[in-house]
Parts: sequence; structure tokens; C-alpha cells
Amino acid sequence: MLESKDLLGIKELSADDIYHVLETSDGFMDVLRRDIKKVPPLRGKTVVSLFYEPSTRTRTSFTLAAKRLSADIVNFSLSSSSIVKGESIQDTALTIQALGADFVIIRHASSGVPHSLSRLLNISVINAGDGANEHPTQALLDLFTIRAHKKKIEGLNVAIIGDIAHSRVAKSNIYALTKLGANVKVICPPTLMPVEIGQLGVEVHHSIEDGIKKADVVMTLRLQLERQSKGFLPSLKEYFNLYGLTSERLKLAKKDAIVMHPGPMNRGVEIASDVADGPQSVILEQVTNGIAVRMAVLYLLSGVKE
Amino acid sequence: MKILIKTGYVIDPSQNIDGVKDVLINGKKIQGIFPKGKSPSADKTIDVAGCIVIPGLVDMHTHLREPGYEYKETIKTGTMAAVKGGFTTVCCMPNTDPINDTISVTEFILKKADEEGSCAVFPIAAITKGENGEAMTELEALIKAGSIAFSDDGKPVMNSLIMRRALEYSKIFGVPVISHCEDLKLSEGGVMNEGINSTLLGLKGIPKAAEEVMVARDISLSELTGGKLHIAHVSTEGSVRLIREAKTRGVNVTAETCPHYFSLTDDSLKGYDTNFKVNPPLRTDKDVSAIKQGIKDGTIDVIATDHAPHHYDDKNREFDTAAFGISGLETAFALGLKLVEDRVVDLNTLVAKMTFAPSKIMGISKGTLKKDADADIAIIDTKKRFTVDAGKFLSKGKNSAFNGWKLNGVVLKTIAMGKVYEWE
Repeated sequence: MLESKDLLGIKELSADDIYHVLETSDGFMDVLRRDIKKVPPLRGKTVVSLFYEPSTRTRTSFTLAAKRLSADIVNFSLSSSSIVKGESIQDTALTIQALGADFVIIRHASSGVPHSLSRLLNISVINAGDGANEHPTQALLDLFTIRAHKKKIEGLNVAIIGDIAHSRVAKSNIYALTKLGANVKVICPPTLMPVEIGQLGVEVHHSIEDGIKKADVVMTLRLQLERQSKGFLPSLKEYFNLYGLTSERLKLAKKDAIVMHPGPMNRGVEIASDVADGPQSVILEQVTNGIAVRMAVLYLLSGVKE
Repeated sequence: MKILIKTGYVIDPSQNIDGVKDVLINGKKIQGIFPKGKSPSADKTIDVAGCIVIPGLVDMHTHLREPGYEYKETIKTGTMAAVKGGFTTVCCMPNTDPINDTISVTEFILKKADEEGSCAVFPIAAITKGENGEAMTELEALIKAGSIAFSDDGKPVMNSLIMRRALEYSKIFGVPVISHCEDLKLSEGGVMNEGINSTLLGLKGIPKAAEEVMVARDISLSELTGGKLHIAHVSTEGSVRLIREAKTRGVNVTAETCPHYFSLTDDSLKGYDTNFKVNPPLRTDKDVSAIKQGIKDGTIDVIATDHAPHHYDDKNREFDTAAFGISGLETAFALGLKLVEDRVVDLNTLVAKMTFAPSKIMGISKGTLKKDADADIAIIDTKKRFTVDAGKFLSKGKNSAFNGWKLNGVVLKTIAMGKVYEWE
């Protein structure tokens, strides 16, 4: 069990908490390998997902996780709810609580929304991505995937390449990896580097060749295509020339390095197709592992004993 | 009616008075300051031994929200909050709806203030029509109607040529042009200071340079034109440095800061509490130190409130979309007093920066206890401790960044144009 009723971010977790989630996820991985992939611990519990931003994979992953734990899950989505009628997020959240939900899974474009809901509600709040702040379950599933391949996290060289400034995935991964003792290198153009990121205990690189050297893990991030129009970059082509993950560049990493991407990918922008589909890629494993990790999170927050 | 305010510790920087004295009021005017026990007789005597007696505070940067945003604040409630905080004069910013860019709005504010206000209200008119930064307002007509200064506060005048023209043209009247220094391209989308805390919170930052490039620009334009420039709400170390350097060269520039910029840093935002969301944003320890230094060495002339009351619903929302601003009239003096307690300035300097200095910049005969001046007085127990309870503010805006703070300095009585307001 976790100490908090909520999962707001990795920032709020201890290394022990993170290991606890990973170990619990192991058990659920076994469940997912069975023919009948359903277990009963959340029977009678209700999960509501409240997504203010479009999402396919995270939402589907949470939905499957809840269903496999035998919970009832209801999706509140932007187009079908009173959000479009101008209801405040606080009122929407209180309504969901009044409907009898036990969990609310929230995604919002504004950082800090899960935190304010956490103060407002008695039920568990799970952050499924808030602004440029955090996406904790993505980091947990990334750690789970790394651990599955590398057996440990401590001492690994992890290169994170891409739009770090706007990436909640990068932030959560930086917090998680540094808490567990990995050496994190962030690589991107200065226009996309968060200010004073070095204070988080990461190495800052503007050259992919420098940053990727001897990496055990190479993680690329999605580049929002609008970054070009907003003046962060001269062109997507130039971005690919400078920062695209190609098989040439991947050779600078360790031979057994794994390649990760949180999806959805822009092939030919941040990653070359032969790398995305190549033997070192674990991108689809990440997706599968996501369900087990989200099952673990729901399970641990529910306080249900085995 | 004559009222004698007896045995208070009188501080009036406008005439270098500092000591236990008696102040006599006759109707709406000050009759004089007398040595203890030497005053002529009065109809009523108030003994204020142990308290300071100072000119009523003058706020040169207030948002009264009326007309247009009466649900946030009105001239009535805003001036009630003012007198509660020891203020007897407020200069209200023009970003209402409609904007104070025509004489009818200026006249409306003055009429409302006359009918419902608790203290003196001086309107500040917009520099440009609709605060759209394109065409100058009719300065002469607005001044004639009663506006005393010009500002597009809430927004900068982004067009440097228009700002140049405003600084030039305003010289006819000798009125200040008050600049809200913010490069809107650099600050676009930002909701807090850019730095490690914006990285940690995942919120979009507003770099200090967004303020400083405009401070530098406006100093250059003031130097070019000789226009009377006043820099509003200084929040950064760099701005203090630029203004200090400009003053050394004799540029016609003055500056203000607000209590939150010397009392708080962006560390306060860690819980995403929107009561700390303000523009310009709360900065860092370094900036707070530099601002204190600027207050101390005179670079910063004035402590203003930038009282920005908001309705609960405007603050109780996503951090990105919540309104900017702090309701400040009822805590300003006590926060200023902390500067005295921390030995940044002496009490006389603090009082000067909240009375005489802003009056002088605005060209109004307020902020003084001189004979025949308006009977505007604040009586404050500087040793009395209180806990800030924003829920009990007289302002409609309960959006304080200091709720729960324990501060010294309780305003016991405020006298505005001879009318006595008292609490406790």
C-alpha cells in the first residue's frame, strides 16, 4: 500500500514506493500472461476516467487495467460531458465523487489539476498526465520495462532525447530514475530544455552524440509538431538531422541498449523507422507492461489486502 | 467639529516631524500639529498614546474594478478596504469595463467615489484608447475631468513609438506615465516566474527579461523625451539595477514595488495555490533581496499595493486559467512594517514611501499633515499583533497571499477628510 490516497506524481514518491509498485506489477504481469486475464480484488469498486485531453493509449490502458481487476469503469470524456457546458472542473470532480466513484483518473492540459482535486476529494486521484508536470504511470511502466531488461536501475546510463521542456513523461522519468540511482542525460536543443533542469541531478547535453554515449537505455520523446510553428525549431528536418534517433547514432550507445518511446511516434522526426522497428526497440513491450503497472497502482491505492 | 488626536507618536516625512505630539483637526482640514499638551481646545479628544499617527496612506496602484467588474470589487467596498488598511487615498487603474479612456468613465468614477466612497479616489486614465496600444487617449480632456496620471496597466504599451509619443505628449501636463513593463511575446502563456520552480511544477514561466527589456526600453524613451516615467510593480533584480543606473544619470524615472515582491518568492507556488498567482510573478530570493536594497537606497520610491481583488470563482480553477492578482490593501502596511522590523528601512522611510512619495509623483496634495491639508490620518498600533484572516477582509477580494500570517501593525483608526473610521 502507498502512503497517500493519490498518485499525483513521482516527485511525491520515495524510492521504496517506486520499488513497491514495480514488485506489485510483477504479480499482475503473471495475471496478464494467463488465458483468463481477470482477477477479483477491485470487484465492486468504481473507477472514473476524466480526460480533458485526447488520449487513446493511456485511457485504454487504464480501462483494461481496471477491468482486469474486476472494477467498474466509466469514461467521462470531453465531448460527452458537461465540460463542454462550462462546468468547472471542481464541480465535475465533486459530481463524480457523489456518483460513488472510488477512483478518478485525471488528465488535464493544466499542471496541478490533479493536486487541487486531491485536496478537494476524499476518493483516490490518479494523475494520468497534467500539463508539462508529470505522467507518473508512464514513468513507472518505463522503469518496469527497463528493470525487466537490465535487472536493476541503479547505475544505468539513461539518455532522454527530445522536447524535455514540454514533456511530462520526461519529468516523471527524471524524478523516478534519479531517485533510483540511474545516471540521466537529457538531450535536446536549448530552446526545448527546461530552465535550470541541471538542479534535478541530470546531465544536460545539446549534442545527441555526446549524450547517447555508453547509454544502457535510450528514450526518445514525441516532438509536438507545433513546436516548429512556435519558433522553437527552424524545421522538423533540421530537428531530425540534429536529434533524430538513427541506427548510426544508436551505435554510440552500449551494444545491448534498449530503445524506448512513450508513443505516439513521429517516424522520421524523432526516431527513424528502422530503429523503432529494430531489435533493440522495446516500444510495444512498454505498452503491454503499462497495463500491469496501472493494475498495481489501482490495487495499491485501493488498500485491498491480498 | 474640532478633534484633537492626543499624545500619539506623530510621523510626517513631508515636514520632517517625528515625535510625540498632538494633532488638531478642524472639520475636513488639519489645523496643526502642536507640542504635547499645547494644542488649542477641541470638541472631542482621542488619546492615542503608544500609537503612531501618520498621514493617511496613499496607494498609487489600486484596482477598484468598477465599472464593469462589480462582482470582484466596487468603489464602495474597495475604499472601505482602503481605510481599513490605513489608506485615505487610492489611485485606481483604468482597466475596468469600459476602460477609463473617456471623460464619462472618469466622471463616473469620481461621482461614485463621492457618493459611496470612504476615502479619496483619483482615477488613472488609459494611455491608449481601449488599452489597445494603438492610439493615445485625450489627455487634456481626461485630466480636466479628474484623471491624474496615465497607464495601460494590466498591459504594456507594446508599440515603442506610441510609448514615445505618450511620454512626449504628457509633458504638456507634467503628468506621470505609469508603465506596466511586460514584453507580451516573452511572457506569452506564462503563469509564474521562469526558473527551477516552473520546471518543477511544469508551469509555463515568465522570464525576468520580459519585465527588464521593457524597463530598459522605457528608460531609454524617457531619456529621449524627458517624459515623466513611473515604473509599476518592480519585481526583479535586473529592473532595480536598470532603474538605479537611470536615476544616477538623472533620467526622469520613479518606481514602485508591492509588498508581495519583498515578502514572498516563487517557492510559495509549490502547492499550486492560485492565491500566489500574480503578474508580474513572485520571483526568487535574489530578487527579494535586490528589491529590499532598492527600497533602502531609494531606487524604489514607493510601496504600492497593486490591490487586485478577484472573485472566488476566478481563483478557484486550473492554475493556468486562474486570474492574476492579490488583494492587498488590508495587509500592505503591516507587511511594510516587517521591513522596519528587519531593519531594511526605518519607520519614517516606510511612511514616506506610502504617503508623501506617491503623492509627489502623482502631483496631489495628499500624504501630509501640514496645516490646511486634508484631514487624512492613520492611527496604527505598530506593536499589536494580528493574524491575517482574508475571509474577514472588507474588500470583496479575499484572494490574499498572506492568509494566516501573523503580523504586527493594527490600524486602529483611519480619518479620511475628517471622517473617523474605527475598528476593534
